[in-house]
Amino acid sequence: MGYELIVCVKQVPDTANITGEAMKADGTVNRGALSAIFNPEDLHALEAALEMRERYGGRVTVITMGPLGACEVLRECLYRGADRAIIVNDRRAAASDTLATSYILSQAVRKIGKFDAVFCGRQAIDGDTAQVGPQMAEKLGLPQITYLEQLIEVNGRNIRVRRNVGNGWEIIESPLPALFTVIDTANKPRSAAAKLTMRYKRAKCIGDITAQVGKEMPDASDTDKQAEAGRRLESLQKLGAVIEQWNLDDIQADLAWCGVSGSPTKVQRVQSIVLTKQGFTAVEPSEEGVGKMIHELIVDRTLG
Amino acid sequence: MANFFLDNDDIQFLLSHLDVAAIAALQEDDFVRAADGPGSDYAPRDAADAVDNYRRVLTIVGDLAANNIAPRAEQIDHEGNTHIEDGTVTLHPLVRQNIKDLARADLMGFTLPRKYGGLNCPNLIYTVANEMVSRADASLMNIFGLQGIAETIYAFADDKIRDEYLPRFARGEVTGAMVLTEPDAGSDLQAVSLRAWQDQDGTWKLNGVKRFITNGCGEILLTLARSEPDVKDGRGLSLFLNERSPKIRVRHLEEKLGIHGSPTCELVFDDAPGKLIGERQLGLIRYVLALMNGARLGIAAQSLGIAEAAYRVARRYAATRKQFGVAIEQLPAVAELVTDMRIHLEAARTLTYATSRVCDLEFNNLRVMEQHPPTDPAEAKRRKELARTLKRLNGMLTPMSKYYSSEMCVKVASDAVQVLGGSGYMKDYPVERHWRDARITTIYEGTSQLQIVAAVRGVCAGAFEKYVDEFEQTTYSDPLLSDLAKKLQEGRGLIVKAIAFVKSKGGSYMDLCGRKLVDNAIAVIVGHLFLGQAVNNDHKKAVAHRFIETRLADLRANCDLIYSGDTSAMDQYALLAGPVPPL
Repeated sequence: MGYELIVCVKQVPDTANITGEAMKADGTVNRGALSAIFNPEDLHALEAALEMRERYGGRVTVITMGPLGACEVLRECLYRGADRAIIVNDRRAAASDTLATSYILSQAVRKIGKFDAVFCGRQAIDGDTAQVGPQMAEKLGLPQITYLEQLIEVNGRNIRVRRNVGNGWEIIESPLPALFTVIDTANKPRSAAAKLTMRYKRAKCIGDITAQVGKEMPDASDTDKQAEAGRRLESLQKLGAVIEQWNLDDIQADLAWCGVSGSPTKVQRVQSIVLTKQGFTAVEPSEEGVGKMIHELIVDRTLG
Repeated sequence: MANFFLDNDDIQFLLSHLDVAAIAALQEDDFVRAADGPGSDYAPRDAADAVDNYRRVLTIVGDLAANNIAPRAEQIDHEGNTHIEDGTVTLHPLVRQNIKDLARADLMGFTLPRKYGGLNCPNLIYTVANEMVSRADASLMNIFGLQGIAETIYAFADDKIRDEYLPRFARGEVTGAMVLTEPDAGSDLQAVSLRAWQDQDGTWKLNGVKRFITNGCGEILLTLARSEPDVKDGRGLSLFLNERSPKIRVRHLEEKLGIHGSPTCELVFDDAPGKLIGERQLGLIRYVLALMNGARLGIAAQSLGIAEAAYRVARRYAATRKQFGVAIEQLPAVAELVTDMRIHLEAARTLTYATSRVCDLEFNNLRVMEQHPPTDPAEAKRRKELARTLKRLNGMLTPMSKYYSSEMCVKVASDAVQVLGGSGYMKDYPVERHWRDARITTIYEGTSQLQIVAAVRGVCAGAFEKYVDEFEQTTYSDPLLSDLAKKLQEGRGLIVKAIAFVKSKGGSYMDLCGRKLVDNAIAVIVGHLFLGQAVNNDHKKAVAHRFIETRLADLRANCDLIYSGDTSAMDQYALLAGPVPPL
């Protein structure tokens, strides 16, 4: 038997390599100025699922929610060996906060049906909330194991893992299905594989195909466009290179829980903080000097 | 994220400058046959698609090289592999991890046809990959870069052997070794004495000792053995495929100056069963010569990678190290060292890539002649003539590239140590490792001296002039380039006269002048290659300018030496070399 494994991934602005104006005047992220990348910890989540599949057999399905451009991270998953890719794309999902996002993703997981494990990266580098994974677990009624560091063993319907608890680790056993959030020390994500890359670089969802046909055949009738899109979809299906595209209706989402209406998060104020260095203090390399430094750090509450 | 493909402007430039789409069309039979059969799911549909695939594959190699392989290189260099008493070798765990990473990324069947699970990439793309792997860890190239073993099996073995072994190579389950050298047969492979005999069932059995075998602990060995005991020269040798077994023991693992991650083995064959590759007696004269040509290009690529790694450390150090109140690169002596390193490196790269391209032209022409022989007699004749021309050209360019790139590599790695001064000599920086790794490149797969012997034939027998004729067709509107082109023509004239002089003096004088003639020919060829790249590119224009001016000065000096007729190195050897020192 094999395990049905689901990985949630996200395309994020590359906040580690900031070029130009990363923030707009209103304090929101200027996505145009930052390149879009695979959220780094989600690659570790994918790797954890792929390694589990290698050890125990099964199938890895990846899901993302986002604009059609986010199909790129799904293709990246296919290049690394994912078996199935799904994008949840719907205008009505725009401006979802973590609560709405976790609701939408958990509805998508429900639609997949039977599954044994859900893997998420611990957190995304754009919001840094680390909330979506745990919230999904609650909505799906799953045991949640955060900060996964090592998958020790799977024994039938039981899994034994090690999780990082900041100043140490603990070993936990859980029944399956369960949800895991994975940290970057858990594994070294594999690189893309050449043959899978050559094959799946063509992978697309129907929205992409329709948009492309519209661009290439601007004067054709809707019927012709539809027929052409159908032909292209079919040839991609033969190659097994179709990214499934679901909207909120497909996953039977309650619209009240999605997008703006489903997002209670209110941004009160955003500050653009530029860290600058203001001089330095020399510390004598002696017992006394170090003692004095520690005292100062305690006084200004850096320590303690 | 770091990437050794995306961060290398010169590689990017050359790939855009060389007509990769045309090579892709040849390699893929104009995309008419790619659409069906095994592997068609990842076959390219047209030239643009293929070129896009090549770029993606090289991006994967660049990623692995930068983020997986390079960080492991220092530890592997310190710790090496382990010889086990039972006659096997345990590869360093990080070497095994490197191989696993490469295999999982589908990179171990780089040039093999898709029907065996390979990527069907042209040689040029493989050369770039080899360079990047070597930049990360030179010693790993001796495993990754040995895919010529599989290519040789593909080129010369029968279908049964191909079907049995090639998919295993492509999956990365096995690695190979070319098992040629013996204690008394190094450069002179005609002296190979390892014996092959047939038992009553007709099974070949191999008996004897092989030495200095790179990756001799690999799973699949191509072994050169004497199958005809009565034929004493190269025509008595055949090529065999051996699988690893207790009948082939690693007796000794060499301790070496560099490339510590690459296991160099002494092997003992004890009636080890083997399978004949191709026909008897063609082992050395046909198969091994073909195998060696590919391997030489591999070493040229390895040399580029080591030099690139060393150069980058030196370039950065020269910019950041301050002495006398300035960055040392502002000191004329250091500035000259650094710029010469870079020009030398680019020269070797352009020559090696040009050679790889010619290999692709030759290989694909031969493949078409074999697999889809033209029915039109005129076309058949054209292809046959093309095959002859390309063979001659390659017979000159391949040894030239190996010789020039490896000598460049030793010089650049040594100069990198020099730029770093005392720090470079210490283990704190990687340049001492690069220098140690570099030192083998002028030795194995044929020493520089042997490459010169092979290349000088082409230089003196017309291949050089024919090749340069093509370059001289190009005219340049830019006055500087036009002037440099004229200088190269004058240089060619000097070479032609020198060749005539050397020929008039007879055989051994040609050997004595070999290096000078080959150096001169390389200067003119690379000069032309640079000129072609310099149009609309200020960097390459400056490189072409400096390269041609300095090398033509060397060329003239070489010609003066040739005209001197000086043979004292041979005639007065005892007088000049002094007595043999007692032990």
